[in-house]
Amino acid sequence: MAQITLNALAHTYSPDPAGPKDYAIRQMSHVWQQGGAYALLGPSGCGKSTLLNIISGLLEPSDGEVIFDDRIVNALPPEERNIAQVFQFPVIYDTMTVFDNLAFPLRNIKTPEAQIKGKVEEVADILDLTPLLSRKAKNLTADEKQKVSMGRGLVRDDVSAILFDEPLTVIDPQLKWKLRRKLKEIHQRFNITMIYVTHDQLEASTFADKIAVMYEGQVVQFGTPRELFETPAHTFVGYFIGSPGMNFLEVTLTPQGLAFGTLPIPVAPALLEAARHSGSSNIKLGIRPEFIEVSEAPGDETLAVEVEDVQDLGTYAILSFRIGSAAFKARLDEGVSPQGPRAHVRLPAEATHLYIDEYRVEVTQ
Amino acid sequence: MNSSTDTLTSSDRQAERRTDPEAAEAVVPTRVERRTRGGSRGRSRLLLGLYLLFILLPIYWLLNMSFQTNTEILGTLSFWPQELTFENYANIFTDPTWYMGYVNSIGYVLMNMLISILVALPAAYAFSRYRFIGDKHLFFWLLTNLMAPPAVFLLPYFQLYYSVGLFDTHVAVALAHCLFNIPLAVWILEGFMSSVPKEVDETAYIDGYSFPAFFVKIFVPMIRSGIGVTLFFLFMFSWVELLLARTLTATNAQPIASIMTRTSTASGIDWGTLAAAGVLTIIPGIVVVYFVRNHIAKGFALGRT
Amino acid sequence: MNKVQSNKAWFLVLPMLLLVAFSAIIPLMTVVNYSVQDVFDPNTRFFTGTEWFVAMLNDPALQGALLRQFAFSFTILAIQIPLGIGIALLMPKQGWRASLVLILVTLPLLIPWNVVGSIWQIFTRGDIGLMGWGLRELGYGYNITRNPLDAWATIILMDVWHWTPLIALLCYSGLRSIPEAYYQAARIDRASRWAVFRYIQLPKLTNVLVIGVLLRFMHSFMIYAEPFVLTGGGPGSSTTFLSQSLAIMAIAQFDVGPSAAFSLIYFLIILLVCWVFYTAIMNLQKDKS
Repeated sequence: MAQITLNALAHTYSPDPAGPKDYAIRQMSHVWQQGGAYALLGPSGCGKSTLLNIISGLLEPSDGEVIFDDRIVNALPPEERNIAQVFQFPVIYDTMTVFDNLAFPLRNIKTPEAQIKGKVEEVADILDLTPLLSRKAKNLTADEKQKVSMGRGLVRDDVSAILFDEPLTVIDPQLKWKLRRKLKEIHQRFNITMIYVTHDQLEASTFADKIAVMYEGQVVQFGTPRELFETPAHTFVGYFIGSPGMNFLEVTLTPQGLAFGTLPIPVAPALLEAARHSGSSNIKLGIRPEFIEVSEAPGDETLAVEVEDVQDLGTYAILSFRIGSAAFKARLDEGVSPQGPRAHVRLPAEATHLYIDEYRVEVTQ
Repeated sequence: MNSSTDTLTSSDRQAERRTDPEAAEAVVPTRVERRTRGGSRGRSRLLLGLYLLFILLPIYWLLNMSFQTNTEILGTLSFWPQELTFENYANIFTDPTWYMGYVNSIGYVLMNMLISILVALPAAYAFSRYRFIGDKHLFFWLLTNLMAPPAVFLLPYFQLYYSVGLFDTHVAVALAHCLFNIPLAVWILEGFMSSVPKEVDETAYIDGYSFPAFFVKIFVPMIRSGIGVTLFFLFMFSWVELLLARTLTATNAQPIASIMTRTSTASGIDWGTLAAAGVLTIIPGIVVVYFVRNHIAKGFALGRT
Repeated sequence: MNKVQSNKAWFLVLPMLLLVAFSAIIPLMTVVNYSVQDVFDPNTRFFTGTEWFVAMLNDPALQGALLRQFAFSFTILAIQIPLGIGIALLMPKQGWRASLVLILVTLPLLIPWNVVGSIWQIFTRGDIGLMGWGLRELGYGYNITRNPLDAWATIILMDVWHWTPLIALLCYSGLRSIPEAYYQAARIDRASRWAVFRYIQLPKLTNVLVIGVLLRFMHSFMIYAEPFVLTGGGPGSSTTFLSQSLAIMAIAQFDVGPSAAFSLIYFLIILLVCWVFYTAIMNLQKDKS
C-alpha cells in the first residue's frame, strides 16, 4: 500500500539528449494517491508504457525521483518495490500448473506451503480460476492466461500497486467487459492502487476514477472522465477524448476582439483579456460536437453554415459542416435534420473554451 | 515546455502545483540505496572471457607457428614468433600443387551449395505448403540421410563414381556431399517457409502471378535471410568434410585438407607449412560467418522439431 | 498451417529426390549387396547370407570400438550440453560485442575436421605445443602417444572445443526468442536467477536441445578425421572409433563383404538410437500437456 509520487521526473533513451524531442518522458511531477484506480491514457508512442516501467522499476529514470510514500526508490529494482505488473501479452510459466503459477511469487519469498495454499485458493476464487487450478497453464485461453498473470500480482499481501500495461489487447471483446468488471471488483475489495495503461478511452473511463492523459511525453490533463470531457485542459485531450473529437477554430486577435478570418467571434471579455495578455498568436476556440446547437432556422447568436454531410449512426446523427474553411462536426438532437445546403448553429459560450498555446485558459467569472 | 507551463492556468495544473510542495514539505523522502548484486555481471564476463580464451588459444598457437621457421618451432618454445617469417605462406602461394587445393575445395563447395539450394528450395516449399502421398515418410527418409556415416558410403561411392567416370572431379565431391547437405537444406528452409503465412501465396495468385514468377519474385526474396543461413550451413558442412572428399579425388580435384597430409614426409613433419595451410583453411569460414552474423542466431533455431 | 492436398507437389520434390537417391539409395543397395556375398574378384563371388553379420557382431575388435564409441558419445554429450547452455546464457545479447562473440564462438565449427585434428596435434605436443609443454612444465608426464588416458582426455577436450559452439549457438537462438516481458514479469515476481532459468529459459530451450542432442549424437558417432589426425586411433586401439575401424577394413584391407555388413549394423545403430531418443522425448512432451 503506497502513495506513489513522481517528482520532476524525466526520461530519455538517448545518451545525449539535444532537446525535448529526445525525451520519452518530459519533465513532470505527479501524485498517485494510495488506493486510487487510475488510467494512463494516450496514443501509442506517447510514453505511457515508459512511465509505467519507470514506476515498476524496470527502467531507471534519467532525471527526477520516484517516491513510494516517503522512500525514494529510484535505485530499487522491481523485485524490491512490491509492485505487480500485468503485461500486454499474458506472461505465464508454461510448464507449471495454474496453481503453481499463482504460488510462484509466494514460493520465491519462501512463504510456508500451508499459507500458500490458502492464499492461492482465495485468489483463484476471486478470479474464477478454481476449476482450472490443476491444469497446465500452457493450454489456457488468452483471457484465462491474463487472469493467471493478474492473480500472480494479487497473491502477495505486500503489493503496493498493480500496474496494467494494456492488459486486454489480446482478449475477445465480450470477455473484455467481464474482465474489466472483475478488475473493478478487485480494486474495491483490496483497496490497492491500480494504474492502468491503455489507448482506449472507453476502457480508461470505465476502469478509472481519474485519468491521466499523456501526449508527447507529458501528462496534459489529470482528471475524472467527466472533467476530461467537459473541460479538456489541452487541445489534445479535446481531440482524443470523445467521438468525434472536439472542434477547433483557429482565431486571430484583432483590435475589435477575436476573429476567424474576417468573421468576428464573440467571447467573454475576461477570455479576450487573457488572450491579449498572453501575447501568443496560437489561439484556438474549442467546442465539443455535443454542445453545438443546430437549428433549421436562424435564431439568436446563430451562424449560417454550409452543410456537407449528415451521417446517421443509429441512435444519433453527426452533422458535418463548414464555418468558412474550418470543418466542424455537431451531434444532432433527435428530430433535427437540416435539409438543404444551409443550417444555423449556435456555439454556447459556456461550452466554448479558449486555448492559448494548446492549453486551456480558465477565467473565474 | 517550461514557457507553456508558465502560461497555463488550468485547474488541474494548479491542483498539481498545490499538492507538490505540500508533499515535499510534509515528509522528506529518504533515498533508498541500491543493494549491489554481488558483481554477477563481472563474473559472467570473466567466465565468457575464459571460454573465448579456450577457443582462441589453440588457434593462436597455429597462427603463431605459421609465422615461425621450422628451426624456431623445433628449437625453442616461443609464445610469439621471434623471427617473423612469411616463408611458409610464400611456399603455399608459389606452389600450384598447394594453392590448387584451395581452388579445388572452394570449387566443389560452391558447386554443392548451388546444387543443394536449387533442388532444396522447391522441395522445401512442397513440404511446407502441400500434403501429398508419402510426404511424411519422404521427409523422415531425408532426415535419416543426415544420420548416415560417410564412412559407410566410402567404398560404394568410390565404385559408383569410378564407374560413371566422375572419379577425381569436383562434381563427384559436390554430388557426394549432397547426401547430407540436401536433407539439411530442406529441413532448415522448410522451417523458414512455414513461418511465411499462406495468405502471401494466395494473394499473389489472385494478383495473377504464375507459380514460377511468384516463387522467384515474391517468395524467395521473403525468405532471404533463411536462404542466407541455409547457404552458411551448406558451406560449413561441405567445407569441413574430409573423408568423402579425399576418397573421391586423386590429383585433379584434391581438396586442401588432403594435400595437407603431404607435410609429413620421411624426414619429419614440415610444421611451419602445415600451420600456414591450416590458418588459410580457417579464413573462408571467417569471411562467411561475418556476412551472416546477424542471421545465424535465427538460423540455428533450425526450423521446428 | 493447413496444407493443401495435392500430389502435384511431387514434381517439386522430384529433382531433390533423384539427387539424394543417386547419392544414397544406389550406394546403399551396393552395400546391402556386398554384405551378403563373399567377393574374391569381380567375377568370383559367393552368397553368404547373414554370415558376415554374425561374424561382425562377434568380432571383439569391433565390439570394443562400439563400446568406446558409446562411451565417447555419452561423455561429450554430458559435457557439451550443460556447457553449451552455460555459454549461451553468458553471451551478450546486443551490440558489437554480441556480433564479435558470435563470430568467435562459431569459429571452431568452420574449420575442416582434419585441420581441427592438426591444430590439437600441434597444441598438445610435448615439445612444440603450448598445452603439452605447459602440462609437462607443471610436472605432469603428459603423453598422448603412450598413455591411453591422456589420449582420451585430449580427444574429449578437442571435441568439446570443436562442438560446444553448436550447442551454444542453438541455445543462444532459443534464448533470443523469449520476449522481454517474461524476464520483466519474473523480476516482479521476485524469481531467483535459478527460477528464471528453470521456469522460463529451460522450457524454451527444450526444442533446440532436442535438435542439439540428436545432431551431436549423430556427429560424434561418425567422428573420423579428428582422432585420425590427432592420435591415429592409438595408443593401441584405445581411441579407435567405429568410422576408423570401418575405413581400415573397407579401404586398407579391402574386406568388402565384412565391411559392408559392418556398415549396415553401424547405420542401424545410429537410426535406432535417434529414433528411441526422439520418440521418448515426444512421448514425454505429450504426457505433460
